[in-house]
Amino acid sequence: MITTSVLTLFGLGFVAASILAIASKALYVEEDPRVEVVLDALPGANCGGCGFAGCEAYAIAVLNDPDVPPNKCCACSPDAVARVASLTGKAAGDAEPKVAFRRCVKIEGKVARKFEYAGIMSCAAAKMILDGPDACKYSCLGFGDCVRACPFDAMWIEDGLVHIAPAKCTSCGTCVRTCPNSILELIPKRARVMVFCSSQDKGKAVKDVCEAGCISCGACIKKCPAECITMIDERIHIDHKACLAFGPSCQEVCVEKCPRNILRCLSPESSTKESVGYSEVSNETNLNA
Amino acid sequence: MDTFLLFISAIFVNNIVLAQYLGNCPYLGCSKEKSVSIGMGAAVIFVTIMATIFTYLIQKHVLIPFHLGYLQTIVFILVIASLVQFVEMFLKKMVPPLYKSLGIFLPLITTNCAVLGVAILVQRKEFDFVTALLYAVAAGAGFMLALVILAAIREQFEVTRIPRAMRGTPIGLVMAGIMSLAFMAFKGMIA
Ligand code: SF4
Ligand code: SF4
Repeated sequence: MITTSVLTLFGLGFVAASILAIASKALYVEEDPRVEVVLDALPGANCGGCGFAGCEAYAIAVLNDPDVPPNKCCACSPDAVARVASLTGKAAGDAEPKVAFRRCVKIEGKVARKFEYAGIMSCAAAKMILDGPDACKYSCLGFGDCVRACPFDAMWIEDGLVHIAPAKCTSCGTCVRTCPNSILELIPKRARVMVFCSSQDKGKAVKDVCEAGCISCGACIKKCPAECITMIDERIHIDHKACLAFGPSCQEVCVEKCPRNILRCLSPESSTKESVGYSEVSNETNLNA
Repeated sequence: MDTFLLFISAIFVNNIVLAQYLGNCPYLGCSKEKSVSIGMGAAVIFVTIMATIFTYLIQKHVLIPFHLGYLQTIVFILVIASLVQFVEMFLKKMVPPLYKSLGIFLPLITTNCAVLGVAILVQRKEFDFVTALLYAVAAGAGFMLALVILAAIREQFEVTRIPRAMRGTPIGLVMAGIMSLAFMAFKGMIA
């Protein structure tokens, strides 16, 4: 009895193993052993911040595509980036650490309400109805889709505005992709100045709905000696790289010239403060100016 | 008529997940997106059919003649595990896109008790070969139906405000329970 059962199990196992062994030879797919090694060096967060489907997809791309740099993973420590770089034989480059930033200060501007919204408490849902309840269709809706999307717990909603903890932000960009109003942006952690509004409306239209918003007067563009401020689609953009390269000699004239106080210094202290979204320090400096 | 009743009963009345509580792990694990749930459902139908064919033949030609019925569970597990391994290799070579989109879920089918459940139920109910195959298809379809319905509901959760403690798996389990209760309404329709 016991011999039959042992023999049967053994026989079946042997048959199955042989079939699988043959199949694995016949159906062998060439796989790069280096992928596994690179994958080990990556944090495995699968956040998608690098723009690939997951860590494995990035590992494959960084190995095979000469255009994919080894420092695309923002959750990687510098050590891990160096490892990936040495494994792939690419130069690590000096990746500028970035941080998410909120381009809206609607709490200071008493933004008018178009209607009272009582639907699903989600920015995406609110946006579907007449571009959201705020009169400014570029404002922070404040239902926190980004907060829920953030894999690192680095955001929170306060007074209907989103706030970001720079210490926790890994600049994976998930929130930037989530926000239906595109008011979040990744900026270099060292950035000197930033525009605190993302409206694309003309000056008059902004004045009508928000006391704080950018009126696209262009004063900052004219004053900037480094010519790193531009207007794209009625939205002010700052070339942070050029701005940082120019250095402190301009003494942030753009900030002084902004009649709406919508351009503000992100003083070095601001990055150690809890929230980058809005920094009182720079606000004061500006008001005194 | 019998075939029709077999289908109705396997899909609605004795649904493998909602009435027999088998295969709950992939049911919750793969029901976050409709597209994934359809892929998983299709893979399970395929594996269930293959597993039923092999286990049926082994039961009839090895286990019963040698009076080894008591080895059923372990032998069936062995067969299903090898089968899934084989399907994985086959897909990787022949249909890489499908292999990629199923990813980690493919090996998960090995540990899907719904597949083993169908193989054993077929023996318990003493179906003949053709009926066994039909039952495997119907049970797999029932699994897919439950999976797709739950995925559709959970996609709605994306835009719903749910208390933090309930988000994700907890609310998924509650939904699974409610769906199971809803399917109870079919009980007694067919013996
Ligand atoms: S930043 Fe965008 S996603 Fe986040 S709360 Fe504001 S509107 Fe919503
Ligand atoms: S105008 Fe600018 S600051 Fe005011 S609500 Fe709109 S986006 Fe925010």
